[in-house]
Amino acid sequence: MPKPAARPRPKNPILRTRQATLPPASRSRVALGLTAAAARGRFALQACRDCGAVQYPPREVCRACLSHRLIWRPQDGKGELLTETTLRTAQELYFRERLPWRIGLVRLDAGVNLVAYLHASVGAASCRVRVEAALDRAGQAALIAMPEKGRPDLSEDPKLREFTCDPRGRKILVTDGKTSVGQAIAHALAKAGADKIWIGEAEPWKKVAGLEALRGVPQATIVPLDVTDGGSVQELAGEIGGKVDILINTADHHRTFSIVGRRGVETAQLEMDVNYFGLLRLAQAFAPALKARAADEPTNAIAWLNLLSIFALANYPPHGTYSASKAAAFSLSQALRAELRPAGVRVINLFPGPIDDDWDQLEMPPKLSPAALAAAVVQALKGSVEDVYPGDVAQDWVARHLDNPKALEREVGEGGR
Amino acid sequence: MKATKKPVPGKKAPSKNGVKTSAAMSRSDALGALLHAVATSGGVHIVDLTQTLSPDFPPIVLPPEMGQSRPFRMEEISRYDDRGLGWYWNNVSFGEHTGTHFDAPIHWISGRDLPNNATDTLPVEHFIAPACVIDCSGEAAADADFLLTVAHLKAWEKRHGCIPPHSWVLMRTDWSKRSDPVAYQNLDETGQHTPGPDPDCVRFLVNERDVLGFGTETIGTDAGQAAHFSPPYPCHYYMHGAGKYGLQCLCNLDRLPTTGALIVAAPLKIRQGSGSPLRVFAIAPRR
Repeated sequence: MPKPAARPRPKNPILRTRQATLPPASRSRVALGLTAAAARGRFALQACRDCGAVQYPPREVCRACLSHRLIWRPQDGKGELLTETTLRTAQELYFRERLPWRIGLVRLDAGVNLVAYLHASVGAASCRVRVEAALDRAGQAALIAMPEKGRPDLSEDPKLREFTCDPRGRKILVTDGKTSVGQAIAHALAKAGADKIWIGEAEPWKKVAGLEALRGVPQATIVPLDVTDGGSVQELAGEIGGKVDILINTADHHRTFSIVGRRGVETAQLEMDVNYFGLLRLAQAFAPALKARAADEPTNAIAWLNLLSIFALANYPPHGTYSASKAAAFSLSQALRAELRPAGVRVINLFPGPIDDDWDQLEMPPKLSPAALAAAVVQALKGSVEDVYPGDVAQDWVARHLDNPKALEREVGEGGR
Repeated sequence: MKATKKPVPGKKAPSKNGVKTSAAMSRSDALGALLHAVATSGGVHIVDLTQTLSPDFPPIVLPPEMGQSRPFRMEEISRYDDRGLGWYWNNVSFGEHTGTHFDAPIHWISGRDLPNNATDTLPVEHFIAPACVIDCSGEAAADADFLLTVAHLKAWEKRHGCIPPHSWVLMRTDWSKRSDPVAYQNLDETGQHTPGPDPDCVRFLVNERDVLGFGTETIGTDAGQAAHFSPPYPCHYYMHGAGKYGLQCLCNLDRLPTTGALIVAAPLKIRQGSGSPLRVFAIAPRR
């Protein structure tokens, strides 16, 4: 097992915990197109359907032919760093706290000029670079020039580390370690260098071998947590809420019934109790502490990750009530994101398709293995995204959903997947 | 109301041969003795036989694809705050068979067609009844799967008299002293391991002794492995099939006299309820 990052010195308790400052967050509606792509880990620019021109910054019409027919097109970001400078003074509080800061002017091969932050591994101008869009602490797209060759992590640059939620050196709560997914995530976080991993255990009388195995992981601590019990959630928040840097909600109640396949609402209520009310209980108990510690550098509260389902986008009738509970959780996660964003804490949603576990036993492949899902969690944290659709099924569904949600509803409702 | 007579396999006419009948008391005997105790020497004391209802108290475990009994949960309505400045109260939710609870005959398929078989129609005169306490604490400590047999009951009767009709038979195992829910559930890969009665024992109590019901300190009136008995869950099957009751998750049975205590067990008056959590207590002469 790799060692966690060296633990920073304990903070001086007589000094005030600083509050988070954010980079400027206002964007026009059209500029949010850049953020929408960045939230999925993509760099996209406006391109004109009529004349083909690519443009930046985003505008209402094409700069070349004034056409309204603009689409967002993914870019490879390759270009030339023409010139660079280092900011040494700023009016914005966020930048004042972080000066000096290297920025540069890049000419993309696609034909536009833009100003980007420079990753520490980018050499002096002029040189070839690859521009990425990443989400900054305000949750908005920011452009970052990376070296053209090699793929350094954003977190290797101390200034850009906070564009990520890198689990290395972090203290992380995984809310349910009873599931194979929760266990795989805990193992993956340990491997990624997490400093401490609390793993929730509900109903301790039901022993699960995979959770017992986690007792051997040095960073792992099993803690009592039942998200259906408000008292249990509050008690754990009282004990460790002020220490959690990243909360990963893996609590999931998945039963595989159509709405007429199961009489009554008991099963559906339990799905809601775990998947929706569980998230609400966690949010009420843990979110205030996370917000308060968002600038408690270098081990500050940084992220909240929800394990949702691609069935949150369109109801999968064979798992009808489960889909509905995940749609409710998805909606709540948007409210949580709106609450945490002003503090600089990122809410990341994962929307996996069927998982290779007991409850999706009868689903046809492709199915996501718990280990693959765990790898997607770590990748999402190390990157700079809000919405992750891991695996082939999720990628396919989200593409169909974005293209035509009504068509997806019909296709899925008529027995397809 | 007399518990309805549904034919039960192996039923014979009650026979009390070879058993002394003087010590164990019927309800009127027990009431008389208690009144005497109040009037004379030490008086009586009340023994609470109820576990505290809390989210930590474990519910019955069933395979996860089955319908699940909800554990006890409590959500605050207000606590002298903006939701209600001057008062504190909660909404609670739970399955009918949560914590210390009562099983009515309608709970089991064998008792579904009996008259007065639900919590709202039970005869109120059954809410107070004498108890015979069978001490199995030594056996249960030695063997979690201990089964109470007819031989045990007959040996008990030799010492304490015949179990009177319409009395509770309470199986004391001291299982309630297992405060760790994991030890209390005692589950492994082969299911639950908790003591209970064997099928013959239940048939004997129903057919030969016409008891009011059977009470335990564990999560069911049946043994943990009773799903594999013939019939499965014999205590539920025979007791409820004959209009008898169940009490489970009891505690403090070690503080009861072997005979002579009166049990007060009145479930909530839930329309067509199959059971309910309840406060169970005993009125017992001071020893």
